[in-house]
Amino acid sequence: MYNASDLRKNLKIQLDNEPYVITDFQFSKPGKGQSLYRCKLKNMITGLVIDRTYRSGDSFEQANLEERRMQYLYNQDEEYYFMDVETYEQSMLTSEQVGEAKNYLTDNLEVDILFFETTPIGITLPNFVDLTVTQADPWVKGDSVSGDSKPVTLETGYTLRVPPFIEEGTRITLDTRTGEYVTRVKE
Amino acid sequence: MSPVSRNRSANSGVNIEAKQQNLRLRANMMRAVRRFFDDRGYLEVETPHILSAPIPELHIAYIETPRGVLHPSPELYMKQLLASGYERIYQISRCFRAGERGGRHLPEFTLLEWYCAGTDYRGLMKECEAMIRFVAGKLGLGSSIMYQGKEIGLDSPWDRVTVREAFGRYASVSLDSALASGRFEEILVGEIEPHLGHPRPTFLHDYPASMASLSRLRAGDDSVCERVELYLAGLEIANGFSELNDPKEQRRRFERDLAARERSGAPTFPLPEEFLRILSRMPESAGIALGLDRLAMVLTDQAGIADVVAFVPAS
Repeated sequence: MYNASDLRKNLKIQLDNEPYVITDFQFSKPGKGQSLYRCKLKNMITGLVIDRTYRSGDSFEQANLEERRMQYLYNQDEEYYFMDVETYEQSMLTSEQVGEAKNYLTDNLEVDILFFETTPIGITLPNFVDLTVTQADPWVKGDSVSGDSKPVTLETGYTLRVPPFIEEGTRITLDTRTGEYVTRVKE
Repeated sequence: MSPVSRNRSANSGVNIEAKQQNLRLRANMMRAVRRFFDDRGYLEVETPHILSAPIPELHIAYIETPRGVLHPSPELYMKQLLASGYERIYQISRCFRAGERGGRHLPEFTLLEWYCAGTDYRGLMKECEAMIRFVAGKLGLGSSIMYQGKEIGLDSPWDRVTVREAFGRYASVSLDSALASGRFEEILVGEIEPHLGHPRPTFLHDYPASMASLSRLRAGDDSVCERVELYLAGLEIANGFSELNDPKEQRRRFERDLAARERSGAPTFPLPEEFLRILSRMPESAGIALGLDRLAMVLTDQAGIADVVAFVPAS
């Protein structure tokens, strides 16, 4: 259980049987009055944001959240399937829940899947992943028009700008937090 | 590493030069405040910071020490001085309230309190106007200041609005229904405060009698008390009273609040008997507590209280 005085940004609590994360938090205490804890709360399943004001004396359930290490298996239309590396149990996230992470998902990639009780609700990628370039224009030496980067497409369909010496078939490392090129993978 | 440098940072999150500028302006503000009261014949005093019998405030969590609690304000001893014949006194002191931490709150903050015999909250409002105008003048800020994009004109007269009028003007529910549903503070903070204190400072006054605390009920209308709060651009700066000097009434309120503290499971302490004993000798007077960190926020145009103090507690 949490008390109102435990409330702070990024704390995860449970309201009406759903998990919420506090995205904005303001403490106020008018005059000689009671403390108010004004929160913006984001529903971790639907993404909807609500405003709530709490006072001293209010208490909250901790959200029953757990991360499990899982392997990405495949996707079928809007459904993305993952397998628990310990129990081999399979779970599914929707395309919307996977979001931008789909730019980095390749077969067998190990990720952390967030569960609320028994329901999978989110995905956390490793900070760095390696992906193969499937399409790149050849590097024309002395071409100063395109500057010091060029666009390429990766095996996941993701496109980004990389240094001009990267060619088709090269494996590169990306930072999944920024979506940017880090380095060429040394084979 | 010393305990101080482990727990606190002099530069957390802000530009070092900007912070230094804020602290210099703050120091000038302190000098100007003292100058104002010294020139008007007020005596600067100091009173004990550790209390074994604090005011049983309903909504204050005390910081406890082995000898008592750290004072949440110097109110009790200031009034004992008033009752002992000191007619014009002021104090600038560190005050302590557990659990108060946010963009506008620190658990350890700087309060200015002043008391004057022979006046009431109306006189206090005038003096408060004069003091802030004097300080802004000394700092070279002129008669109009900008706070977070809002203009605050300091020329007389400042706005005076009763709590009931403010609810009528700005709130989605009436004062009475806010009180009945226990949402007074919520409505005040969410719907009313943003409108107060610009383009002129606002005195919000005549609080419901149930929130009288240590103030006197209004003669001829005991549904309200002579209590006033000053707002500058939505920020609450000060809380003042026409002081209650009826020991019986004060004891009744203390006992009610002490019982409420007990019911809510808050720690309780003996009532301040020495204060109650001497209260009948306190002359008609008025007093006000003004948050100097908050005033410094306005004068330096800083949104956060952490930017106007040298050190803040680790979060």
